[in-house]
Amino acid sequence: MTTRRAALLLALPCLLALVALFVAPQALMFESSLGRRSFYGGVIHQWSLDNYRRALEPLYLAILARSVGLALATTLLCLLLAYPAAYWLGRGAPPRARSALLVLVILPFWTSFLVRMYAWIFMLRTEGLVNTALGVAGLGPLNLLYNDAAVLLGQVYGELPFMILPLYASLEKLDRSLLEAAADLGAGPLRALWRVTLPLSRPGIVAGSVLVFIPSLGAYLAPDLLGGARTVYMGTLIQSQFTFVRDAPFGAALSFLLSLVVLVLLVTFRGPLRESRGA
Amino acid sequence: MRGQVVLEGLGKAFGDVAAVRDVSLEVRGGEFLTLLGPSGCGKTTLLRMIAGFEAPDAGRILISGHDVTARPAYERPVNTVFQHYALFPHRTVAGNVAFGLQMQRRGKAEIAERVERALEMVRLGGLGDRRPSQLSGGQQQRVALARAVVLEPEVLLLDEPMAALDLKLRQEMRVEVKNLQERLGITFVFVTHDQEEALVMSDRIAVMNRGRIEQVGPPEALYDRPRTRFVADFLAVRNLLQATVVSVASGLAALRTRGGASFQAKDDGGYREGGVVWVGVRPERIRLVEGRESGDADNRLGGTLEDEIYLGDRTDWRVRVGEETLTVAESAAGARARRRGEPVAVSFPPAAVLRLEDPEGEAR
Repeated sequence: MTTRRAALLLALPCLLALVALFVAPQALMFESSLGRRSFYGGVIHQWSLDNYRRALEPLYLAILARSVGLALATTLLCLLLAYPAAYWLGRGAPPRARSALLVLVILPFWTSFLVRMYAWIFMLRTEGLVNTALGVAGLGPLNLLYNDAAVLLGQVYGELPFMILPLYASLEKLDRSLLEAAADLGAGPLRALWRVTLPLSRPGIVAGSVLVFIPSLGAYLAPDLLGGARTVYMGTLIQSQFTFVRDAPFGAALSFLLSLVVLVLLVTFRGPLRESRGA
Repeated sequence: MRGQVVLEGLGKAFGDVAAVRDVSLEVRGGEFLTLLGPSGCGKTTLLRMIAGFEAPDAGRILISGHDVTARPAYERPVNTVFQHYALFPHRTVAGNVAFGLQMQRRGKAEIAERVERALEMVRLGGLGDRRPSQLSGGQQQRVALARAVVLEPEVLLLDEPMAALDLKLRQEMRVEVKNLQERLGITFVFVTHDQEEALVMSDRIAVMNRGRIEQVGPPEALYDRPRTRFVADFLAVRNLLQATVVSVASGLAALRTRGGASFQAKDDGGYREGGVVWVGVRPERIRLVEGRESGDADNRLGGTLEDEIYLGDRTDWRVRVGEETLTVAESAAGARARRRGEPVAVSFPPAAVLRLEDPEGEAR
C-alpha cells in the first residue's frame, strides 16, 4: 500500500465524521439561507439572495460591528491580563508548582459556562454581592448588570484561559539564556521584554488571540445573560432569528456572514498563524 | 586599570549547595585568563557573577576599578559569549550583531558599518542576512563572538564557547580566538573543562575545585608544578601515589608507597620523615628501560607489562609495580615491540616526582 493510500485510510474516519457532522449540516443551512420563511416559521425553498441583501443592511452591519468590537476588546483585554499571568506561570513560578497552577487556570471548565454566567449575575445585580458590599460602605447601588461592560466582563472571564494557555506554552519554552544575552548586550528589563520576549512569544500571542477572537465574535451566552434585552450582538441576533422570530433562513444567512468575516480574518493573518503552529 | 577584574571573597550558594566559596582573584587588563575545572566546580557560576546574571552572597566584584557588585548585567562593561551561543532566533545574523549597538542607540550608519566590520573580523562577511538557524555550529559561534566584541567591552566573558563544536573545529577556533584576543587587547575570562584548551590559549589559568580556586598561574607553571593532588589529576599527571616518607637526606626524600614501591624524590623542603604524602609522576617522565641502561641517580623499579593503549603518536603502557599500577607514555618514535606480561623496568628521575598537597584529604 502506498503511503498516500495509507494516509487516506487513516484520515477516513475523521473525514466521514466531518462530512456527516459539519459539511452536511452546513450545506443544509446554506440551502435554507437562500430560502424564505413561511408564515408559520417553516422554510420555503425558493432560492434568492434576499436574506443576504437584508443582512447587509445598516441595521445588521451595525450589530456585526458591535460584535467585532466586542471580540476585539475581549481579545485585547485577555491579552493584557493573560500575558503577565502566563509570564509568571511559565518563568517566575517554581517549576514544581506549575502543573498545580495550570490546573487552577482550567478549573473553571469543571462547571458549565451557563452556571458561571448565573454566578456573575448574582454578583452584579442590584441586590448582588458587589452592590451589597458597596451598600455597607454607604455607596451605590450601581448598575453593573445588563450593559455592554457586563458583557465584556463575562466574555473576558470566559475566554481568559484560552489566552493564558498558548501564551504559557510559548513563554515557558523561551530560552532563559536569550534574556540573559539581551541584558548582557545592554537591554534593560523593558527593552528586553519589547525586543526579545514579545517577538519570541508571538506564536502564542497569535494562537491565543485567534482562540479568543473567533468564539467572541459569535458569543451568545454572555451577551444574552449579562447584556439583557437591550444589547444585541450577532450571537443573540442569530439565536433570536431561530427562536422568537422563527426566521431560520435569515438566521442562517447571518451565520454565514459571520463565518465569512472569520474566514477573511484567518486568510489575512495566515502568515503569523502558520508560525504559531510551531508553538 | 582598564579591563582589570578583581574578585574579593566571592561566595554563592544555591540552596544548601555552595557553588563558589570565598574566591579572590585578580585578572589583569588585557589578560587571557581561563577558569578551568570539572563540571560543578563553580567556574560557570563565577563567570555568571562577573556578567551580572547571578548576585553573589558575599564579596565584591570590581571591573576596571569600579565596584559593579550591585549593578545589573545591562549596566556592566562586559559582554558574554554563551555556551550555546544564545543567538536571537527572530533576528538575522546582522540583527544579532547589531542588537547591542541598538541598545546603545547608535546611529544607523554607524551600526551598519560596525556590524559589517565585526562580521568580517570573524570571517562571516556576506552572511549578515541569514538566520542563525541557517548557519553551522562553528559559524553560529562566530556570530556570538562578533555580537559580543562589536561593543568593544572592557572584558569579554566566554562560557565554554567551544564545547558544542567537534574536535577539529575546536582546535581551529582555539587559535582563532586567541589571535582575536591578542589583536583586540581585551581582557578575556574563559571558562572550560578542557585542560588542553586552557593550556593552548591562556596567559594564566585558575584551576577550580569545589567552588574554590586551587591554583593560579601561567600554563607552564601549572603544568610543571601542580600544587595539589586535584590540579595534578586534572592536568593529566596520571600517576598519583600515596607514600610514606622513609627518610629525608641530602636533598632527596626516600618514599615507599602502600603498594610497596620504593623510590626517591627531590626534596622541595616539604617532606617530613614519617609523614604520609601524595606524589605524582607524569607518564611522559617515566621510561621503560632494558638491562642496565638508565641514569645512576634515577629511580629504577621492576614490574610487569599489563596493558597497552595505542594512541597513534604515543603508546601508554600500564605497568604493574608491586601493588601499584603506573602509566608510562612512550612516544611512537622510540617504541619497540613488547608483549603483555613481559617483565620490564621503569625509570624516572627524582626531580620528576611532584609533591602534592591534598587539602580535600585533610578536610576529610
